[in-house]
Parts: sequence; C-alpha cells; structure tokens
Amino acid sequence: MTMTNTSENQKEYQFVSGDEAVAIGVKLAQPLVVAAYPITPQTIVVERLAEMVEKGELNAEYMYVESEHSALSAVMGASVMGARTFTATSSQGLLYMAEVLHYASGGRVPLVMMNANRSVALPWNIFGDQRDSLSLLDSGWIQVYVEDAQESLDMTLAAYALAEHPEVLTPVMVNLDGFVLTHTYQSVEVPSQEQVTEFLPPFNLKHKMDLKAPKNLFFTASPQHNLGFKYEQQQAMLKAKEVIETIDQTYGEITGRKYGGLIEAYKCEDAERIIVTLGSITGLVRDVVDELREQGEKVGLLKIRYMRPFPGDEIAAVLKDAKAGSVLEKDISFGAEGTVFTNVVSATYGINTKLTNYIGGFGGKDIKKEEVVQIFKDLEEIIKKDIHPSYAERVKYIGLEG
Amino acid sequence: MAVALDEKEYFYGHKGCAGCGGSLAVRLALKTLGENTFVVVPAGCMSAVGFVYPQLCFGVNALISPFASTGAMLSGVAVAAKALGFDDVNVVGFAGDGGTADIGLQALSGAIDRDDNIIYICYDNEAYMNTGIQQSSLTPYGTKTTTSPAGEHIHGSQNVKKDMFDIIAAHKIKYAATASIGNIPDYIRKVEKASKVKGAAYIHVAAPCPTGWGIASSDTIAIAREAIECGLWYLAEYENDEYTLNKPVKNFSSIEMYLKKQARFKHLTDEDIQTITQLRDRKWEELERRINRG
Repeated sequence: MTMTNTSENQKEYQFVSGDEAVAIGVKLAQPLVVAAYPITPQTIVVERLAEMVEKGELNAEYMYVESEHSALSAVMGASVMGARTFTATSSQGLLYMAEVLHYASGGRVPLVMMNANRSVALPWNIFGDQRDSLSLLDSGWIQVYVEDAQESLDMTLAAYALAEHPEVLTPVMVNLDGFVLTHTYQSVEVPSQEQVTEFLPPFNLKHKMDLKAPKNLFFTASPQHNLGFKYEQQQAMLKAKEVIETIDQTYGEITGRKYGGLIEAYKCEDAERIIVTLGSITGLVRDVVDELREQGEKVGLLKIRYMRPFPGDEIAAVLKDAKAGSVLEKDISFGAEGTVFTNVVSATYGINTKLTNYIGGFGGKDIKKEEVVQIFKDLEEIIKKDIHPSYAERVKYIGLEG
Repeated sequence: MAVALDEKEYFYGHKGCAGCGGSLAVRLALKTLGENTFVVVPAGCMSAVGFVYPQLCFGVNALISPFASTGAMLSGVAVAAKALGFDDVNVVGFAGDGGTADIGLQALSGAIDRDDNIIYICYDNEAYMNTGIQQSSLTPYGTKTTTSPAGEHIHGSQNVKKDMFDIIAAHKIKYAATASIGNIPDYIRKVEKASKVKGAAYIHVAAPCPTGWGIASSDTIAIAREAIECGLWYLAEYENDEYTLNKPVKNFSSIEMYLKKQARFKHLTDEDIQTITQLRDRKWEELERRINRG
C-alpha cells in the first residue's frame, strides 16, 4: 500500500496514511518493546509495526496484550528496565488506561504513545473528535496535536527526544484526528536513519532498574512528600516548553522541517480576527485565511500544537493585538464550554480581545469551509457592534442541524 | 531436595503485621530466587507495608504496579529483559487473592497466554486484607468479612472459593503449583522449580493473615498446616498437561476444629460445617479423577 520514491537528492518520499506515518516514525526511533492492542482508528499503526517486525525492519519485542490498561502497564515496566517503547490507542482505549496515564507521568516514565482522536461513547461512534484526549489533560502527559501525515511522522520522532530529555522525563501523547488524519493518504518525506541517529540520542534512563544498584520505583509518598513530587512534575512540564523549542530547531536543522514549537501563528502579525485551532481542522482554516487575505481581510490562524504544557504566554502574545478571536474545537466540558477555550481564556485573562468559542465536528461531522468563513463574519460583527458576549452567549455550535 | 537459601534478606524492614503470612511468602521466595531478581507488586498489603518513600524495603529491583496490572507490568519487565539481553534473571510478581483472582485476572491471563518468562506468586489470605478484610472471590464459603457480615440476612460469604489453580492450568501454562506457608520446604522447592521454567509459571501459596482471620500471630504456620491436614487446601503441581498431588491425605483431620480456631468462622452452624465438608469432598473427588499417580 505504500509507494516509495527516491528523488534526485536522495530524499525518500512515501505515500502513506497518518497511521502509517506514525509507524514509520516509530520504526526510525527503533524501540525495543512495542505493546499492541487494536482499536479503530488506531489499529493500522500496530498492524504496520507487526509487519515491520515480521520483515526484520524493526528489531523489537512485539507484545500482543489483552487490553489498553495492560499495554500501558507493560511499556512502563519495559521502559524502567532501560528499553525504549511504543504503544498506541484511541478513545475508549485511552479512557480505559486513564489510571495508568497518571501512573506513568507520576513515575516519570518517558513513554511515547500515539492516540487516534475519536469520539467517546455513548452514543457509540468510531469517527473523530477530541473529547477523548482533552478529558485527560490533567493526567500529567505532554499532549501534542498534529495537522497532517508529515507532522505525524516528524512529531513521533520529536516526541521521543522530548519525553526522554533528562530535564523532562514526562510521557508524550501524539494526537492524530481519527480518520481525517489516520486514514487519509499524503506524500511524506521520510528522514534517513542517519538523520534520525543524529537527531535522537540513544535511550538512556538514569533511574532505570539496575542489578548492581537495585531500585524500588513507583512508590508511595506520604503527605509530607507528596506535593514535593508533584511540584517537580510541574517544573518538568514547564521546562518542556524550552525543550520543545530546542527540539523543533534541531529537527529543522537536520531535516529541513520546523513546526514552530508550542504554537504556530499563521498570518497573525496584523490580524484583527484570529481563529484558534487544534489538530487537522487547522488545514481548512489555513485555506480560509489565505482566501480571505486575498480579499484584503485581516484574518489569521493560531494553531495550538501543545495542549500540555499549555503555551499560555505564547497564545496571549498573539491574541492580545487582535480585536477578536474564536476557539474552534471538537470538544465540550458539559455544563461549561470547550476545554481548549477555557484554557485560552485563562491564558489571556486581562487582555481586551473579545473571545468566543465554536464547538463542532463531533463524531466525525465535517466542518465546512462556509462555517469557518461564518466564524470570521461573526467576529467582524462582534467587533463592529462592540459586543461583549456573556459567559453563556460566547459558546456557539457548528453543525447542529442533522 | 534441599535448596540453599540466600542468607541475605531482600524484603526487610517492612511494617507487616506480626505473623503475616504474605510477607513470609515474599521473603522466602526472594531468598530462593536471589539478587538477580526483578519484582512487581501491585497496590495491596505488600506495597503498603514495604514501599513508602523514603523507607523502601525491597533489596532487589522492585516496582509497584496498578492494582489490575501485575501480570502486564511483569510481562513488560520480562520482555525488556529479553530485548536487552539479560540472561539468568528472575522476574517475579507477588499479588494477593483480590489482586489475582478479581481485578488482576485479565492481565495475569494475558501474561500466561503470551508465555512471557515470569513467575507469578499469588499469596492467598482469602480476603482484601489491606483495605480491612473485605470479601474477594477467593474468600471461602461462610467467612465473615466486613462486606460479608455474619448476621441473619447475609450469614458470611456465600460464594464457593474460585479455583485459581484450575483456571491457570486451563491456560496450558508451563508450570503451576499450589503451596502453603504451612509447608515451607515444599513452597521453596516450587519457587526454585518455577525459576527454571523458560516461560510463565504460577504458584498459589496459602498465606494466613492473623489480623483478618482472627488467630494469634504465632499460629500462622500451624493454621496453614491444619488447612492442608483437614483437606481444605491441597498441595499440587501441573506441568506437561499432568496434575500431581504432592501430599495425598489419607485421613482428614477435623474441619470443625480448623474452623473454630478462627474468629472469621466462629458463627458457623453445624449445617454450615456440613456444607463446607461436602465442598471439600467434592473437590477431592475432582482431584482424585485428574491426578497423575506416577
């Protein structure tokens, strides 16, 4: 299913899905242990990895496990033995491993996991939205959201560098929108193994278990010590912000591709109206911004790449000069508003930019170009009439009609 | 067969109750397995008494796993040991009856199915003791626990103790055994044997809990032995599709005597004791049918 092209300057291109791009990234990172459990729309990742192991392209122990809870527990055990690992999940599976997510981050285990963003039951639905991972923002994992297949591959490699950085030691979840990204095919440039070796240091966990100096890990901490450990965890997350920028820089120097670190501000310099996005919807908003810019409208796009650590200062710096902004997201915290919006509003507290929230794309519902254009029109209206929407009025829904 | 026990202590300084059977099972197994051992223990008594920072009392590498995933974390350690080329190491898990037969059954089943190179030891004290004596699926019929009170309506636990040995053997595991703190040489021999297995091995060791059973802390070994003698526990092995009964019992000692020594059974009526006796006889008929007499 994959086509390989090698161009004149020896660059390798493959025409692959987002899932396959992740698998290629994992192969290049050369993990020693892979724990696999199927769930749509993630399954292709672990299928491809099995094929790679079968063909001898990936020299890893491939564990078929009995649940997602076990998958994450197994790679935790393997990681503290000193082995780089990989696992992947989606939706119900991610929620099923929720306990172990906290466990892994608290244990400072540098895992990398791919999550295919998918709706959460009930009602059952296998298609994409981002309610699964966003409901687990507080689990202590670094969460990154990618836009296309190329970024999926590149981010998988960057995720290892980030998780394993000695001052970070925090697990990383790479999020791909289900189907829209996991199952659509794009041409991606595949870095060479030499480039990856140059970029990614070997796995070297300082606190790994050791027969010469035995460790007791994943312990209990009394009230006296508990906050201290949690404070360290928070400091590591904050440190990750710097490390993310450095890694993006280094990756760019080696492969020629950079993503802007925590956020990407697209045509925001003089923008009066900005739409804030997360994940694959970014592509559509980018197109709309381009079109409206051609018509002379001062609009911009702010793509959030990392939800944790949250780029609060970076977002505020971009939004503060705009007159109005809107967060477009595939998530809701029932009884409140979109979770991305809550985070953005908190980060921009004290600035004068008017902010609204658009919620849509649930269960794989397509968000249309006209709907994005309409958000920009709504923002124009708010600016013109100098409206300050109330808490209830600032949340709107896209695609409610059947 | 005599096994020279390591003189070093690998589970030392913990805060287990006096007479704790579970901690004895852990200590003896680690002395048998030695220093090249990786341990996984789930949330439960052993982690509560031995794993509170900064007082960490395992002398070998050890991890606490989430309650449900002892088997899975063990597997991860074992598989990484293989990938990293560690030869001659033991990867052993110790979980209680609740952690094994209830919440941890799925992960244990998976680890055995993959035949990962692990030793899984279930120390069975017949209830959730760490949380203060609640019923598990390995709590015997009639037992008084805090969730199966012995009153007019509930009258102690009403389930028949799940047979984990049979459940594990049904996986076609390479090696499984029952053991007891009441017969330490037999237990040590089985741990030693399990360590030689290339693949998954399971030992189910009866480990009385004085606190939960309502016995004197000095009676742990004696009561465990009496459970074997009265036929409510048995010592057996499973390998190569065959069952072996290690200590066939000719004449059972009194079940009533065994039960009445324990506060958890004080309320039992003659009728209850008759039911328990019938359950025992049925179990032994079943054992007789399948046991290899060599």
